Amino acid sequence: MDVIRATHLSKSFGLVKAVDDISITVKQGAIYGFLGPNGAGKTTTIRMLTGVLTPDAGSVVINGIDMARDPLTAKLGMGVIPENGTVYGDLTAEVNLLWTGKFYGMDRLTRERRAEELLSQLGLAERKNDLVRTYSKGMRQRIGIACAIIHSPPVLFLDEPTSGLDVASRRLVIRTIREMNQQGSTIFLTTHNIEEASALCTTVSIINQGRIIATDSPERLRKTYDLTHFVEVSFEQPVKADYFPQDGIVSRVEPWGDKWRLYTDDPDQVIKFLAHQAEQDHLTILSLATSSPSLEEAFVQLTEGEG
Amino acid sequence: MNFTLFVRSIRLVAEKDMRIYYYKGPVIIFGLLFPLLMFLTFFIGRNLDIVLFYPGFLGMMLFFTASSVGPLITPWEKREKTYERLLSLPVTLESLILGDLLAGAIFGWIITLVVWAASVAVLHLPLANAGILIIALFLGSLAFAALGSLLASPATDTPSNIMMLSSLVRLPLIFISGVFIPLGQLEGWARVLTSLSPLTYLVDLFHGALNGDAVYPPYIDILVLFLVIGLFVYTAKLIQQRNLVRGS
Repeated sequence: MDVIRATHLSKSFGLVKAVDDISITVKQGAIYGFLGPNGAGKTTTIRMLTGVLTPDAGSVVINGIDMARDPLTAKLGMGVIPENGTVYGDLTAEVNLLWTGKFYGMDRLTRERRAEELLSQLGLAERKNDLVRTYSKGMRQRIGIACAIIHSPPVLFLDEPTSGLDVASRRLVIRTIREMNQQGSTIFLTTHNIEEASALCTTVSIINQGRIIATDSPERLRKTYDLTHFVEVSFEQPVKADYFPQDGIVSRVEPWGDKWRLYTDDPDQVIKFLAHQAEQDHLTILSLATSSPSLEEAFVQLTEGEG
Repeated sequence: MNFTLFVRSIRLVAEKDMRIYYYKGPVIIFGLLFPLLMFLTFFIGRNLDIVLFYPGFLGMMLFFTASSVGPLITPWEKREKTYERLLSLPVTLESLILGDLLAGAIFGWIITLVVWAASVAVLHLPLANAGILIIALFLGSLAFAALGSLLASPATDTPSNIMMLSSLVRLPLIFISGVFIPLGQLEGWARVLTSLSPLTYLVDLFHGALNGDAVYPPYIDILVLFLVIGLFVYTAKLIQQRNLVRGS
């Protein structure tokens, strides 16, 4: 069953076409990643999907309910964590949660029990009676998540949920997303963090300049868009790019921090060459590693191609 | 649209507004003091009849209390970044406007009622028609809270911009209404000018309710206040709808 179905969505701001005729279908139980560079149209899309922004054209159906016709019922079945949205700083964490729960028709006992459960699950129980404006960014993001999932929504929208968070908060957020998904929620996630999308999502779409340019599983996207492996090498002595011959085996050479990254279809040949060359030139190899193509490669190829 | 959900969303938006914006000592004190000081400025030293001028004071009180905080809520929430999250909850634009309106109306209604009750106890003011007084309090609070929602509608996240707009609109509405000079004493162009302010009709209703000396028949005042509520809410919805389309 499709729990999110957006058809031919478009949105312009003045002369700028932010989203250009995109269609999205998300199956029940999926974790759907919506990737794109900054300004690609991710936030505009999620704002249209969640009823915050009115599309110029197209329709949004959530859990079979048309957002334009019955926004209240459509919104009942979803939780939203906006990128730039926050809970009320002048209310305590607990009051924010209990007030949000009322919108979803939860009775008092259920609200209180669920709020208690979420506050301790997200490590906020001890500060539940403090005003949210005294919280750190990570804590505010956690209380935002708690508010979004207090009613255990069938669909959860997250716009850049881990942006700007410290490692501990990011892990907690990712764990919560996974748990919500395991409990049956369908997740729609926008991010520009490819590693995160690769680790979490069952399907990803890549959006660039307002148009969806690819949709598939992260694994298949990787394989489709970049078959090239790379070998990463660093020497004790400095070498320049022209030290590495780009004669067919190595297709591209890039500096990568204090290392060099050599893109190739045949890593074995490249490793043998590097070992031989280093011995001949009396260079000391500090590190040598091979890697499979990443989703990042596919992303870069796709978005650069479009740009 | 689901009517139960709609009513619930209005109630919850009003509950949030009351908790965050209205139940604050400074807001309540300002709501009480500002109209009082303004009235005293005009009243003291002019040897005026308090009974004759009290309806004007009550009208001004309701006007200020119902419309003072509402204009700031939306720009404040846009600045604090709580507005986008609020929009993603089960609410509609209409429920946000009506929820803000309801909170302003309740605040204005309670403060004005308290002031009237205290004034009756201290000044032994007359009461000609309790029914009209209740209608006046009810419609007046809704009309001027609706003005507050309308003033909150321009696309801005800077409350000070709205404060300026709010003063530009509200102060002239007071000066051209029958607050300081009873309507019956005005003639010609001055009478025409007063008819342009919705506050005139509320003050006239209070005159009818307290002293029994209204200039217009009550149904005219009531009709105008109803029309004003509809006009303010409808215009607020149009502007906020446009903001939603523009993403501002």
